[in-house]
This record gives sequence, structure tokens and C-alpha cells, in this order.
Amino acid sequence: MSATLLHAEYPVESEDYTRAGEASADIKRKLKQLGVPASVLRRVSVASYEVELNLVIHSDGGVLTLEVTPEAVRLISADRGPGIPDLDLAMREGWSTASETARSLGFGAGMGLPNMKRNADDFSITSEVGKGTTIDMGFRLA
Amino acid sequence: MDVRTRYHSVRLDKELCKGCTNCLMHCPTEAIRVRKGRAHILDERCIDCGECIRICDYHAKVAITDSLKELKRFRYTIALPAPSLYGQFRGLTDVGVVLAALKRLGFDDVFEVARGADVVSRAITEKLREPSLPRPLISSACPTVVRLIQVRFPDLIPHIVDVRQPMEVAAQMARDEFCRAHGCQPEEVGIFFITPCPAKMTAITSPLGQEKSAVDGAISMMEIYGQLRPLINKIQNEDRLGGTSTSYGIGWATSSGETRSIFQENALCVDGIQNCIRVLEEIENNKLSDLTFFEGNACTGGCVGGPLTFENNYVAKNSIRKLVAVAKARNDSTPQQSVTAAELNKYPLRLNVPLVPNGAMKLDENITVAMQKLQRMNEIIAELPGYDCGSCGSPTCRSFAEDIVLGFANEMECIHKMRDKLQTMAEQMVELAQTRR
Repeated sequence: MSATLLHAEYPVESEDYTRAGEASADIKRKLKQLGVPASVLRRVSVASYEVELNLVIHSDGGVLTLEVTPEAVRLISADRGPGIPDLDLAMREGWSTASETARSLGFGAGMGLPNMKRNADDFSITSEVGKGTTIDMGFRLA
Repeated sequence: MDVRTRYHSVRLDKELCKGCTNCLMHCPTEAIRVRKGRAHILDERCIDCGECIRICDYHAKVAITDSLKELKRFRYTIALPAPSLYGQFRGLTDVGVVLAALKRLGFDDVFEVARGADVVSRAITEKLREPSLPRPLISSACPTVVRLIQVRFPDLIPHIVDVRQPMEVAAQMARDEFCRAHGCQPEEVGIFFITPCPAKMTAITSPLGQEKSAVDGAISMMEIYGQLRPLINKIQNEDRLGGTSTSYGIGWATSSGETRSIFQENALCVDGIQNCIRVLEEIENNKLSDLTFFEGNACTGGCVGGPLTFENNYVAKNSIRKLVAVAKARNDSTPQQSVTAAELNKYPLRLNVPLVPNGAMKLDENITVAMQKLQRMNEIIAELPGYDCGSCGSPTCRSFAEDIVLGFANEMECIHKMRDKLQTMAEQMVELAQTRR
């Protein structure tokens, strides 16, 4: 694995619907400038948008990190809480704990995490109630 | 690269360009730079939308189209009026008048693109029945939207419906019918599209998704209007030619006309290039996968808003609405009813050359080098003021940083950085002067 050549961090605030989608839009633009193949680009687009929205809707705020090496694109979302009590349940399609506000904006279909997992080549999630959740996704380029 | 693939209808008239930043700021693909007091169009990024033609107060941006003199190149000529042409004449109650006027202008025959639109409508309806298609399918009718996707949304190329534009389908039908009726050879017939936009002209010289266009040239509506208007006033009732398309085919002139012709409940019709960009971003994020169809028109109001049209696009839209009602009262069949299965298989309707990503937004062919350039770009952006003023000749600070990294600009072309530097130098000179005393 070669050293990370591109590293960018995007702070994402809880319930900040005005800026929601800006981090993933910038990630997309960067990947297009790098010439990442269209098929990978599409999967990163979907996953980065989902993970960013998850930070806005469910977390107490966190940071989305983009790392690119010639071999892979990596997206890491690390939040400050509240943590997920039952990960198996959270990964289930259709399961959502989205607030009324989020639902009224058309979110909360319970497809966020399953969509991320489906689109990433490597997916891992760890969570501790009271501490926070970390999602790590890898997309192979070569 | 093949000269033909680099051809663009949109060009710059260097004599008229003042080097202002209007076009720079309005280009949706950041394809314009001002260098040495003149605008330059980056060929590989230009999508021929014509936004710069609209915005330029000095008329320095022009669309190259064919003149009527080109008709002499052929033994026979056929005019192919885009449905938007009908919207150019206020008070028109019958499209047959326009068809007759075109013949008086010197064409041997006239063939409505609206008829091509009918065939395309049925072909798309069939296509939508195929299983496991990406959703939403994206209309291929607006060549600017197709090129926009190739430049800015390469991952959405698989969504583009692989059916040819109405203009292409109409040209094949027109040539075939004319040759049968007159017993002549296909190459003796010149087919000229009456175009509302430069993008269609470019689509003829550099076809999208097919080897060669069936159309031989394009004549701008703006150019032909002055000659057509007086002829239209002279056409008597008995001279009219019957329009043979459905009312739906005529409706393709305005935004949502295509969607109405294919009867999609879950479709989105978007007009205006910036609006199209916003929605394509959402499609890219999978936020609109509940839609079956996306109809994007680069121009406001659809083709009636084309940069080469004469009439105000809202007036034209209203005229089209009335003409559709008249046509519908006469014959209310749908394209699906009027186009037969035999007609559907008679001409090639599918795109047969794959649409490929354009790649003009890439910083480098080598991803490692591209990453180094992107990193350098970010360092430069951090030092720029972020006013996006365009004074350096690039549309935004970010694109200026990109130009520096690519070797097309240098940092001191930023007037704000230059001012800061002069200030520092002036202070240093004062200091120097004082130390000598």
C-alpha cells in the first residue's frame, strides 16, 4: 500500500441541513479531477452522500475524511456520539431512528447504512454508546 | 485528435471581444479563459450550450451555421424544421403555413422533425419496458445535456437512453421517402435542419453516439426568420401543406413535451442548464432513483429558448401550446398509436457508437500525478482571496489555481495578490529609504 497522496477533512455539524451535501459534492469534484473511473466514482458519490447525511441526521457532529492513494479511495466518518446501541439492527434495511425533522425533509428511509455497505468494496463500522461511531469504507481503484 | 471531434459551432469573434468577464462567469463547464485581453474557448470542455452567446453584450460569441447558399451543393434539398420553429411566428394557427413557406424559400421538400419525434417517442416507450435499466433513464434529445454529462457527470453516461435524436431519425425518413418518390440517389439529396441552437449544428459535424449524421447542414432560425416572416404572410389557405406529425411531436418544442409523449408519471422535466446541473448532481447521489425518466433541456423553456431563436421564449411557448391544441383537435392520436411497429424497425434508431467520458476535467492522465497537482492546487487556493472576481482571466479562484498547476497561468496574475506584493515592496522601500538617513 503506497502512502496517502490526497487527504481532506470535512467537519460536518449535527442538524445543519443548509450545508448538508457540500462535503460529498467537493469529494465528487476532487475525484473527477483525479480521473477516478466512472464506475468507482458513482459508488463513492452515493456512499459519501449517505455517510454525510448520516452525520447530519443522526450524529452529534463529526468529521468526514477522504484519503486517496493510487490503489484506493477511502472514506472515514468519525462522530462524537451518541453511538449506536444495536449495530445489527442499524444495518437492517428500512430500520431508521431519524427525527421528525429529518423525515419531513425526505430522509430516514432506513437505507443509509445498507447503501454504504452495498457501494463500498470494504466496509466496517464500530460504535460505542456515549462515545461515537466510526465508519470506514474502501473503494478499490486498481 | 480527429479534427471533426474537436469541431464546435460556438466561436469567438476576436475583433469584437473586449476581454470582459461576462462569458467567463456564465460558462457551465468553465471552458472560457480571458488571456491577453481576449476570451479563449477551451475546445475540449465546450458543450456548445450557447450561454456565452446570450450573455455577450458585444456579440463577440457567435454560432457557426450554414447559409442558404449551401443548398446549391445538392441537386435536391429538404428542410427539416425543428418544432420550435413553429413557435417563432405570433398568431400562427397552422404549422402547414410554415411548411409551405419553407418550400417557397427554395427547398424542394419539407419534412417535420416532429414526425421524427413521434418515432423517437415510441422507441423510448419500448426502451422503458426493458428490465434492469438504470433509473432514471436520461433523455438523449438535448445534445448539450449529453455533452454536459460527458464532461461533468461521466458516471451517468449509462443512464442516457440509447435512442437517436428526433432530428437524426427525421433525416433518415426524409431522405428515404424523397428518394422513393422521386427515384433519385441518396447522395443527391441535401438535408438541412432549421436549428434553434448551435449544439445541434455541432451534433451534425461531430455526431453523438453514431458514426455519421444523416443531416447535411443546419440553418439558424435567426438567419432564416427575416426571409420566412414575409413569406408566411403571403401563404394562402390553399397553399398550406398538411402537417402530418401528432400533436405530441409538435410539443417536443418546449420543456416537458418529450415526457408528455412517452406518458411517464414518474418523470422529471428540467430546463435551464444550471437547473439541469443541480438535478444531475442529485441523480449522481442516487437521490432520484424513484424516477423512471429525466428530461433535461439546456435552454429555458426547452428548444424554444435556444440561443438562435428569434421570438421571446415565453411567447414562443404559448404559441406552441396553441398549435398543439389545434393539432390535437384535428387528430388526437398518440405517437404510440400513430407510429407502427413496422416503422419502428425500418430505420436505425439506436445509438451505435458508445458515449464515452470526455475527461477534460482531469488534471492528469496519471492518477498519481493528478493527486500531486490537486494537492498543489489546494495549497494555492488557501493563499488566494476567494473573491472569484475573474480579473485573472479564470472564472473562479479554484479554476485559477487549477490553471496555475496546469501551467497556463501564474500567481501574480491575481490582481489582489499583486496588490499585496506591491504593498509589501512599497513598505520595504520606505524602510530602506529611512535606514539610509
